[in-house]
Parts: sequence; structure tokens; C-alpha cells
Amino acid sequence: MGRKTPLFRLHQELNARIVDFGGWDMPVQYSSQIGEHHAVRRAAGVFDVSHMCVIDLQGARVREFLRHLIANDVAKLTTPGKALYSCLLKEDGGILDDLIVYYLEERFYRMVVNAGTRDKDLAWIRTHAAPFAVELSERTDLAMLAVQGPEARAKAAQLLAPAQATAALALDNFVGRELGPWFVARTGYTGEDGFEIMMPAADAVPAWRSLNSLGVASCGLGARDTLRLEAGMNLYGNDMDESTHPYESALGWTVALAPPQRDFLGRRALEAIRAAGSARKLVGLVLEDRGVLRGHQQVLVSGAAVGEITSGTFSPTLERSIAFARVPAGTGAAVQVDIRGKLLNARVVKPPFVRFGRSLITQSEGPQAP
Amino acid sequence: MSNVPADLKYTKSHEWVRALPDGTLEIGISDHAQHALGDLVFVEVPEAGRVLAADEACAVVESVKAASDVYAPLAGTVTLGNPQLTGEPQAVNSDPYGSGWLFRLKPAAGALAAAALLSAAEYQKFLDAEAG
Repeated sequence: MGRKTPLFRLHQELNARIVDFGGWDMPVQYSSQIGEHHAVRRAAGVFDVSHMCVIDLQGARVREFLRHLIANDVAKLTTPGKALYSCLLKEDGGILDDLIVYYLEERFYRMVVNAGTRDKDLAWIRTHAAPFAVELSERTDLAMLAVQGPEARAKAAQLLAPAQATAALALDNFVGRELGPWFVARTGYTGEDGFEIMMPAADAVPAWRSLNSLGVASCGLGARDTLRLEAGMNLYGNDMDESTHPYESALGWTVALAPPQRDFLGRRALEAIRAAGSARKLVGLVLEDRGVLRGHQQVLVSGAAVGEITSGTFSPTLERSIAFARVPAGTGAAVQVDIRGKLLNARVVKPPFVRFGRSLITQSEGPQAP
Repeated sequence: MSNVPADLKYTKSHEWVRALPDGTLEIGISDHAQHALGDLVFVEVPEAGRVLAADEACAVVESVKAASDVYAPLAGTVTLGNPQLTGEPQAVNSDPYGSGWLFRLKPAAGALAAAALLSAAEYQKFLDAEAG
């Protein structure tokens, strides 16, 4: 028996298959995982992401604190509501978690961290917040719905009063805003346009039902995983963890080394790694042969094991298998993967695989470039 | 409620077995199993001529979520793997007892008698107990 979100009974009523996810009883699928995936790529779907941990941070020195705490630089956030994706690092550069932080007011930021890492994140953040007199409050009173897909924003806006709907539809990418009791952000984890909406727990069930009645499909964590993989987005615990650093996790772009005087946790370790050059990289794989790539399968070059798949699945959009794999930095375009003792051919690509419903991967292998 | 046809035999690992007129056996996975696995996207069936021991892992069915082994309900020699499943793995979902069959087997001498296959009623009881 795990923790339950305010939508748990509704998921049961909708015949969802429930699984444990990070200590929470969550819907993995309602009817067909592939059907739910396509609903998001082609129209709109809604996900319960209330298990994610929302932390409000307040205090006169909160910006200074966040510039110390996380690897990306909140000084980049100059307009209220703007969000930033970042890693939370240990001193040795290992990734404690990935998160999104919203700049709400000069003394008020909101952070969203993963459900499975909640306890260690809160302990870590509290420890480091103390000298800055920053106050933390976990918003367990909020539910969170992700409404995603090409039709998602238009559908979700129908749940709002007219003036609020206009404001929601005017939100720029990666910006959120308080609209009445709801916090609506143009963010997501699917590679499609959409909103993530934080709302009082009591609003969640009626909002979900209204979205269903507008034709928005109920979608589970299964579809969320295939969508995020196609979109080239990492999953904490699969693609990176405390034993890996951002430069070998395709997350170097989230590390702000400038300005040099900003002394964030993990900075010294990352500078040393960067100076030496990262020995490994996280890449995308497209399977050329038939089969399905899965986490922990061995990646081989010239018959020798060189790395491992971190996340793999069948891509419903590409109708072939895709994966992320951690391999030596010098790995070229062609590798093999050991699937139950058979060596199958895979091509190294740069994610994302799919964005806004379209494949970004050439379908045919063609002759290898000389 | 999953469909459990009365004319088939079953295993506790959710395979079904159909006796064909020529003395060979047709084998697939049950409606319960296909439903539990979800949308199948890849199926690997054994090749003709392969000799199987009872309970040997001999086929793989993969959904979006995970790969699962299929076990030989009894010892024998594979006479045919279902060629249609290469292009249409979803046939196992839509027609598990028909076009979604996995392979055909010529049982080894005495293997059919030795295999403790379940009747439809016994398999249904087994499913009920698993669900309870």
C-alpha cells in the first residue's frame, strides 16, 4: 500500500491498472498504453502528476540560496513566472535529482522535484537552506495535472474563467502564472505543447472529469514514459543518479559555469571533469533490427561491451525501438546491443527522437557515411 | 473477466495448448496473459526443428513495458512458428486463441501424458485464486 493522490479513487473508477511508483500507487495505463501515447501526440491527454513534490521557498536571501544550491543559475530568471530546469548536485558532481524551479517573486520561488527522491531532497535542501534563513514548505495541499498534446492548451483553457483562459493561452513556453487558486504553467514531459496545472486537491477530480468530457484522454505513467523517451528527456534513477554527473548524462546544457564566481554545490567537481573531458556520454539509439531495447542491456562496439542502455522502449510514433545509452565519449555512429544473447544493430543518434508529433529521425539506415 | 475456451488445455504460466487433427499441438498465451502484458509490440517465436524440453523458455512476447518469456508446456519438436506475428504482434492481443497462436509442437513420446496440463475449469480456478 503506497501513498495515494487525490485522484486515486477516480483512477480506480476509470479501471486504471495501478502500480507502485516511487512509493505511490499510480495509474500505469487505463486501456491501451499505445492508444494513450497517440492521444497525446495527436490530440490531448491528461496525466496525474500529483505525486511529484512541490516545495515553496521563501526568504530575503532565497535567490542567493538557489544560486548556491543548484547547477543551473536562477539569475537567468528575470521575469516572474519563468521556469528553469536544473540538476541538484552533490559536492562530487553526482546528480541527487533533476527539478524545475519557478521564479514567482523576489523572495518566493517554487520547486518541483521527483516523488521517489522527495525525502533525500528535502533533507539536503533544508540542510543547505539553514544558513540562508530560507523557509521551505512542501505543498502537499496541491494536486498536479499535466495536460499535454497539440489540443491540450485549448481544451484546458475551457476549464478557466474567460479572463483567466486568455491569460493562460498567452503564457510563453516554460512560464507559469497564478490564475485564481490554480498555478498554470506551459511546461511538460512529453515533447508536446501543454500545461502543467497545480490546483487545490479538491479541484482535481472535477477538473479531470471536465477534461475527459472535452475529449482529453486519461493517460498513465506508461504512456508518459514512452512520450518522454521519444522527446529525449531523462528519467531520474534510470538515465542519471548519484553515481553519474551531468556531462555524461546529456545534461551539460543545464550546468551554468558562467559567471565563474558563482559557487554552487558540485561546481569544483564539474570544473575538473570538464577540464579532463568527460569519459562517457549519454546518446540516443535507434534499433535497426527487430526487437525492443531495454534498460541494462549491454552496448557493444566491435564485439566488446562498452556501455549500457539506461532507458529503452518501443516507440509508438516511430514504430521501432529507441533508447538512451551511456557509452564512451568516442563512440561512433554504429553499435550493437545484446538482446538475450543476440547482437542486434543500433544507430547512435542525437535525441530528441520526436517533437511536436513529428519524427526527427531518418527512417532508413542507408549506406554508412565514409 | 478473461476468456477461457473450454476445448483447450492450460498451464500455470498462462500458455494454452490445442490438439490439432494431425497429432501436433498449437500453443499460445491466454487472454488473461495478453491482457496483463498490454499492447504487444514484438514477438519472437521458436524456429521449426528446435527441440524443446518441458518448461523451457522458447518464445518471447514484449509489450511496450516489458519482455516476458513463454515456456514450452511439454517436451517436443517445433514444427512451425507463427510467421504472421513478425509483422503483426498485436494479433496476440486481438485474437489470442486464434491468429495469435505462437508455435506448433510435435510432442515427444510420452510427453503429453507426463505434462500436468490444466483443464479450462482448473485454469479458471487458478486465475480466480491468483486474483483473490
